[in-house]
Amino acid sequence: MIPELGNFALILALMLALVQAAFPLAGSLSGNRPWMRMGRPLAYGQLTFIAVAFVALTQAFLTSDFSVLYVAQNSNSLLPEIYKFSAVWGGHEGSLLLWVLFLAGWGAAVAALSRDLPLPVIARVLSVQGMIATGFLLFMLLTSNPFERLFPVPAEGRDLNPLLQDPGLAVHPPMLYMGYVGFSVAFAFAIAALIGGRLDAAWARWSRPWTTVAWVFLTIGIALGSWWAYYELGWGGWWFWDPVENASLMPWLIGTALLHSLAVTEKRGAFKSWTVLLAIFAFSLSLLGTFLVRSGVLTSVHAFATDPERGLFVLLFLCVVIGGSLALYAWRAPEVSEGGRFDLLSRESSLLANNLLFSAFTVLVLFGTLAPLIYEAFNWGKISVGFPWFNKMFLALSPFLALLLGIGPAARWKHDEPLRLLRLLWLALALSVVVLAATAARPALSEGHPWVPVGLALAAWVLLSHLTIVRDRLKNKGGWRALTADLRGNGRSFYGMITAHAGVAVFIVGVTMVSNFQLEEDVRMSPGSSYELAGYRFELIGVEKSKGPNYNADRGHFKVYRGERQIADLHPEKRSYLGGGMPMTEAAIDAGLLRDIYVSLGEPVGGGDWALRLYYKPYVRWIWLGAVLMAIGGLLAVSDPRYRTARARAAAPVGGATARA
Amino acid sequence: MKARQKRMLFVGLAVVGVGLAASLALSALKSNIAYFFSPAQVQAGENPSDAVFRLGGLVVEDTLKRQEDGLTVRFDVTDNAATIPVSYTGILPDLFGEGQGVVAKGRLGADGTFYAQEVLAKHDESYMPPEVADTLQTAHAKGVAEAATPTQQPARTMTQ
Repeated sequence: MIPELGNFALILALMLALVQAAFPLAGSLSGNRPWMRMGRPLAYGQLTFIAVAFVALTQAFLTSDFSVLYVAQNSNSLLPEIYKFSAVWGGHEGSLLLWVLFLAGWGAAVAALSRDLPLPVIARVLSVQGMIATGFLLFMLLTSNPFERLFPVPAEGRDLNPLLQDPGLAVHPPMLYMGYVGFSVAFAFAIAALIGGRLDAAWARWSRPWTTVAWVFLTIGIALGSWWAYYELGWGGWWFWDPVENASLMPWLIGTALLHSLAVTEKRGAFKSWTVLLAIFAFSLSLLGTFLVRSGVLTSVHAFATDPERGLFVLLFLCVVIGGSLALYAWRAPEVSEGGRFDLLSRESSLLANNLLFSAFTVLVLFGTLAPLIYEAFNWGKISVGFPWFNKMFLALSPFLALLLGIGPAARWKHDEPLRLLRLLWLALALSVVVLAATAARPALSEGHPWVPVGLALAAWVLLSHLTIVRDRLKNKGGWRALTADLRGNGRSFYGMITAHAGVAVFIVGVTMVSNFQLEEDVRMSPGSSYELAGYRFELIGVEKSKGPNYNADRGHFKVYRGERQIADLHPEKRSYLGGGMPMTEAAIDAGLLRDIYVSLGEPVGGGDWALRLYYKPYVRWIWLGAVLMAIGGLLAVSDPRYRTARARAAAPVGGATARA
Repeated sequence: MKARQKRMLFVGLAVVGVGLAASLALSALKSNIAYFFSPAQVQAGENPSDAVFRLGGLVVEDTLKRQEDGLTVRFDVTDNAATIPVSYTGILPDLFGEGQGVVAKGRLGADGTFYAQEVLAKHDESYMPPEVADTLQTAHAKGVAEAATPTQQPARTMTQ
């Protein structure tokens, strides 16, 4: 009964979405205010009905109602309660429901928080959101209904994929989806602005905080995914350039470009058409990501069983969204006046360069990801693109980004003098060169690793130049003591930027160190024996049987010594899940700020011996720490009181950049 | 006129830059792609002798054997048309098993054994890499066609 209620709620939500897609927009074009006013209540209604559906599905999972096909495929009565809940989005249908729930959530949030926006604008934004929701609800009801029943009812479910029975993965998809779906708001604002033919600084100011929040979610989602892959897959890698990972990275890259481009549009009224284009592409790439993950067209180590029919629907939807929005862009963008001229050395130029580098990198990642499809289409053979290629492309572009990162925030809008910049940044530059020389001179750090001095010097450059920029800002306000007052006042978005950029420096250190100095060894060990790796001695005490709530395991016990001192007890496991008998490696990690020690069990090789893998991972935590700093920076920027007062001002006719443009 | 020339120069530089970047990316791609071959193709000698490629198919039942050192495993991979022995040193992914689909990356040795550097993992028991699914179907279709032709021909002659 309750699953049918959920199904019915989804159908009602689809009806509401159809109305929401049509009437507010039509009203905004014909000046019919009652129709425009329908947008808000419709957005709330949609959220309500999708939430009802989500609760219904959750209830089916918590009560282990295996008469629902999706529950039977993804749950098991032995599954711990918490994973019964996270199993709701453990498969395709449920994750789609979660996606739509978030979409409705973002829509309702826009409706609730944009009280001061002009009515036609909010009506158009909500209509665009309604169109997206219509597409996804249709997709769900036609090809992947989570409430489909199963007869005869099985006594037991197939169990949730053991890889997903993990707290990291319980949170990773929701974060990622919040990010993906969040870009739909930036997209909706861009389309609404195109329809209205008014792209101005006010539009940029409205969509900026939404874009930033979406970007923060995506950043956290990707970092969580990387962290999860690192400890749960038992391979010790943090990024594999796998199609599914690339699918989440591409919207992030374009989203990052969009954030920076929006800054220019808001402050200087320039880059308008470009910003709109980025907003369209950020969301389109989110959709493409869904397509790649759900269609199974690409061989991926992350691939789960898929259905080509679903892929076709998403592909069609993708064509409609990208084609439609680009057609609208081609039709309307020429009417949008370009504004704000700037010189070669200015903040605009460096932000433009940032945009170009991020876009170029996105194009490369897209190309590398789709190359197997292109080759196949032309009958050139079945290929896979190795991750060394992606690494090369990353290494070719990122040093320029890092160099630019030290200059851009220091440069003035519109026009700057090379000499002024040099006077400001000479110390940071000199110290970075010192770092470069010092690391290059130490054979332990540089021999055979030519990138290590470069990476560390670039990280130093980013960090030091930003410290200089902060000092320069505070100079006129009374020195470092003014920092807290500045933080409480209007400086938050500035410090948000500084924090996020410092995160980039931390990230560079992590990537540089772990890719050059990690050690990995596949070994055979018998109980009582020891193996030495990177100055750590691993002693295998023994492997014994143990039992979990829904699995049996071989549980190893290792003692790790540094010199004579024992520093860690590690308990890696090899689990066999009762539901499907699927084996799972559960790695044991001794985490530290400067290094991780990582052990995963392979398999028994006879005589009580085990094949196992030992890792030494220096500075690997810095990669995720960098991402966390970026996310904190984003949140700090959104909390800037400027956006709240700006909203109040936005209601008044917009002057500023528009007038200048 | 001057602004226009400046703009043309800018566009020209951009075009050259994009072209250069694209050609660099493409040439780097050439040395980093691994082609996929089925056991039947390898048996026919279609694979490159000096480059890394990917081999995919099903792991034949009862062929998985662990060598003396405990870390090296040998198994046969088949597409139902041909079978190639594979050797791999290291830890196999969790979902590796006899009768399961597998994709391995490596080189073909002079002894006809495929020496894998990497065995690709999958995350779901029911997942079958698309290439493997393709080769199994073609080998199956070919087998069906071959089996069908001799029986069909007499049938046709009879109706004539």
